[in-house]
Amino acid sequence: MHGDERFGLDRKIRLLGPVKLDSGAEFAPVDFAYETYGTLNADKSNAVLICHALTGDQYVASKHPITGKDGWWTRMVGPGKPIDPARHCIISINVMGSCMGSSGPASIDPSTGSPYGMAFPVITIGDMVRAQAILLDHLGIGTLSAVVGGSMGGMQALSWAALYPERVRSAVIIASTARHSAQNIAFHEVGRQAIMADPRWNNGAYYGREAPASGLAVARMAAHITYLSEAGLTEKFGRRLQNRPDGTMGSKSFGFDADFQVESYLRYQGLSFVDRFDANSYLYITRAMDYFDLAEPYDGVLAKAFVATNSRFCLISFDSDWLYPTSESRRIVHALNAAGAAASFVELSSPFGHDSFLLDAPEMNRIVDGFLRAGENL
Amino acid sequence: MTTLRSDLAIIARNVRAGSRILDVGCGDGQLMAALRDHKQVDARGLEIDPVNVATAVSRGLSVVQGDADSDLVDYPDGCFDYVILSQTLQTTRRPDFVLDHMLRIGKQAFVSFPNFAQWRIRMAHMFGGQMPVTEQLPHRWYDTPNIHHVTIDDFRSFLKDHGVEIEGQWFLSGNKPRKQALANLMAEHAVFLLRRG
Repeated sequence: MHGDERFGLDRKIRLLGPVKLDSGAEFAPVDFAYETYGTLNADKSNAVLICHALTGDQYVASKHPITGKDGWWTRMVGPGKPIDPARHCIISINVMGSCMGSSGPASIDPSTGSPYGMAFPVITIGDMVRAQAILLDHLGIGTLSAVVGGSMGGMQALSWAALYPERVRSAVIIASTARHSAQNIAFHEVGRQAIMADPRWNNGAYYGREAPASGLAVARMAAHITYLSEAGLTEKFGRRLQNRPDGTMGSKSFGFDADFQVESYLRYQGLSFVDRFDANSYLYITRAMDYFDLAEPYDGVLAKAFVATNSRFCLISFDSDWLYPTSESRRIVHALNAAGAAASFVELSSPFGHDSFLLDAPEMNRIVDGFLRAGENL
Repeated sequence: MTTLRSDLAIIARNVRAGSRILDVGCGDGQLMAALRDHKQVDARGLEIDPVNVATAVSRGLSVVQGDADSDLVDYPDGCFDYVILSQTLQTTRRPDFVLDHMLRIGKQAFVSFPNFAQWRIRMAHMFGGQMPVTEQLPHRWYDTPNIHHVTIDDFRSFLKDHGVEIEGQWFLSGNKPRKQALANLMAEHAVFLLRRG
């Protein structure tokens, strides 16, 4: 594999496709930005696909080129971690619709020479997965030893098992769901409306001009609240007040500055997000998540999505996650049991809400490590 | 399999090789691992304690965190050859519902439980006048997980009333097997193999 340009950090490739979209349209050509870590073994049995969440990217275990921060899942992926380049050939692909190099609304439409903007097709989680399958074909990877993802990454892992049962030996689904609830959709709609209400959004045609940063920042602020728990926020900020720029220590301004520390924190989250993310991508990916209901093509019977599967499944939820609560994981487990699939599930305790899966969680690592090793010994 | 608790060893010996089992209240998966490794059994588990589930899953077992009282309803009819409930019956809120579901989900069911009519317990009750605390039942009345104490005779009459057939029964004093005669008085533990009549 040494010298094989298909593998390594910061890879980019344009493939002919097409991706057959759930909307009925076809999308081609398809750009992929991805990274691989580790080496594909001789019988190609050690490939692990990591699927990222809404605002994640392919930089799962290497420095982000814009923020300079470490990879977003170095606690799970890396030397000595459950997903280990010494043992696995790890593939991480920027999802279709995103903005870190894979085809998305900010990409140049080869037929016009300008960015797609709103001409980019509305896609689904299934479309993202079908696109990933095209890249894996190009990499010569037929079967995945495991597909692993948290949040929207878990939706992709579930879709992989449902769409390509013969290509998935194990699936790890963390802090995820098999469908978006009305509440999930509602929060996303707030974010989309914030973006579209920003005059700079200009129906998505803002490339080369000022981006709708205020709208995107508000979208991020609203979403960020859903990633945390009330207890976590209370512990971190309580009702504590900010020290103000004029040196005043923690007192109310009797105005609308960020008096409370939690306000300041959210504003910072919003502002730092707009530097690394495209507002249109946010619209497209949240739409894909809202459309996600794995049972929909099966008359609402989720178990039917898994009838053909021989995959092993491991699901993990967190007790303080109210975005994708334990009950959603249980619903998946129920369906897997009904389909006779080999399923494991555990609810872990953590005060950090939905984001728990990105944080230090030794029990999560212990479970994923054991689950993956058991699959490798089969 | 020699390290298995005696009641589990009885179950392990009597499970058909290559069968599909559900271990309800599987703990850290000791029995499941033994059945998988020595009898090529396709084993699934249900366990309430997340630390136990984590240990079982990290052993490569398929275990779901859940509660026998509420979650057996989710399993389809007849999807296992055996459903196993070891030392858990007396801790359930409704042992009758749990047994009903086990016999619905599995073609057969193994149930093991401590016998509350064993003579030591009777003596403690009779002469001590207090709820018995023994090696087998070490908890006190206020902290015991055993909320439905049952005797072998209670269990037999329950099975009769509910049309459940006994396909095998084993009794233990300590780690030693003992005969069926006077089991209700002498046995510390009972293991039953059941089928819906």
